[in-house]
Amino acid sequence: MAIKSDLVEVNIGPQHPSTHGVFRMVAIIDGERIVDVKMVVGYLHRSMEKLAEERTYTQNIPFTDRMDYLAAMTGNLGYVLSVEKLAGVEVPERAQYLRTIFAELQRIASHEMATGAFINDCGAWQTPVMWCFRDREKVLDLFEMVCGARITTNYMRIGGVAFDIPDEFLPALDRLINDDLPRRFEELEQLIVGNEIILMRARDVGIVTPELAINASLSGPMIRSAGIAWDIRKADPYCVYDRVNFDIPVGYNGDSYDRMVIRIEEMKQSLRIIRQCMSDLPAGPHKVDVPLALRPPAGEAYSRVESPKGELGFYVVSDGSSAPYRWHVRPPSLINLTVLREMTVGQTIADAIVTLGSIDINVGEVDR
Amino acid sequence: MPHAVTVTLPGQAVAERIRSSLPPAVRDATDGYVVLEPAHAFEAMQFIRDDEQLDGKYLVQLCSVDMITRIDVVYHIASLAQNHIIEVKVPADHEQPEVPSVTPIWVGAKLQEREVYDLMGVVFTGHPELTRLFLWDKFPGHPLRKDFMALPGGQKPGLSQFPKQVPGQTGGEFRPRVPGTGE
Repeated sequence: MAIKSDLVEVNIGPQHPSTHGVFRMVAIIDGERIVDVKMVVGYLHRSMEKLAEERTYTQNIPFTDRMDYLAAMTGNLGYVLSVEKLAGVEVPERAQYLRTIFAELQRIASHEMATGAFINDCGAWQTPVMWCFRDREKVLDLFEMVCGARITTNYMRIGGVAFDIPDEFLPALDRLINDDLPRRFEELEQLIVGNEIILMRARDVGIVTPELAINASLSGPMIRSAGIAWDIRKADPYCVYDRVNFDIPVGYNGDSYDRMVIRIEEMKQSLRIIRQCMSDLPAGPHKVDVPLALRPPAGEAYSRVESPKGELGFYVVSDGSSAPYRWHVRPPSLINLTVLREMTVGQTIADAIVTLGSIDINVGEVDR
Repeated sequence: MPHAVTVTLPGQAVAERIRSSLPPAVRDATDGYVVLEPAHAFEAMQFIRDDEQLDGKYLVQLCSVDMITRIDVVYHIASLAQNHIIEVKVPADHEQPEVPSVTPIWVGAKLQEREVYDLMGVVFTGHPELTRLFLWDKFPGHPLRKDFMALPGGQKPGLSQFPKQVPGQTGGEFRPRVPGTGE
């Protein structure tokens, strides 16, 4: 029997390199083992749901950039899809394809960031994260080319996308996804998958069972690491996901290592999707004309997309005016944190850091 | 599973199914959702999860809407195996909102119920640790309520640049100004 010592309360965060934002984790530790974990959030709470009730439907799009600021395109997409569902707006074919391309590019950018930060948490200080940043920058360059912004893109519009792609975009995209990124992913895979140090640090750390994953409403790589092939792109297709071929990578152990390998595999699947969208990209308008002060009929709509973090849902209630009566976001990052205590109790502090890194939270989305 | 689409079960069908086991639990049903009696909501939710036909194993999301005379707590419950989604509403009193917590049924509701308690002030009876999630404990009021810091006459400052709302009319008169032309 191990020697008991006095319980000590340790604050991890809100200012800590491993909490990925202003997230605070209060760990009660007995020696090196964690006995209890309490999470404190709200440092980045901007009350977007209240603010949105005073702005028009179009004016609310920039809020979705600032929720998950590492995946602004998917945030835009989820929101405009819910308003289009509510107002019954038909989106042109070209816009559907462009949306899919940008949502998948954003997935690559977000997963690169998640992978880099995760390896950083495992102890590989700064070098791998810079490699991942380098690749992510190339995706952001494409965003800049098409809409002028790199992070808070504000690119999707109700009824389409803000701008059509410039002439030099497709050649640059072709270079990126057929030449640059596949080589980088291969490099990343050689570095990480099967790496003995990563295996020792991440294997069997932060396990989620399939039963818990379903009961705790987990989504994204969290639920797929537990062996459940649940992906909104397959289960409830939006845009053109029902017309492209791709696979859902699934893990078996539900541990941190599986989650990271799933992310790398998902990035490769994203390349597959983008290639198909590029070859099928139709000509035509990129946007239908929708009144700027759009007034959807009174009613409600819930629509969801598969964001890099998980299921991002928007529940919009309209009273027939030009501002939403109620606007609720289903934040995948917050709901994935539900199981933080179940995953970390009994671990050492070093393992808890790895577990938190593998959830891939974004505090902008947790707090909104 | 090629090109499956999630089906939203009609509220009447769900209501019929719940009534077969718990007759007093359903208050109302429409095409989109089913409204439950708060007093029987917990048993009805348990039935939705355990029933073979409804199979609501996965709580998609939980939120609340201030309807001025009441507060609706809205649940979206999904079946991953049958790929359908059920929308359930539980109305609560506006002054003393109280609904049973579903955290014992779905752990995923834990943080979302704390969020609703924090921002809308709905008390979830039976929740293991019902504390504020985002705001500090002494924060006055619940920001998502419509009467929180409301302006007189129901004004919305962010919308002042748009013309007055005409019931039944869909907009289109507002266009952004062209820079430099004065139009």
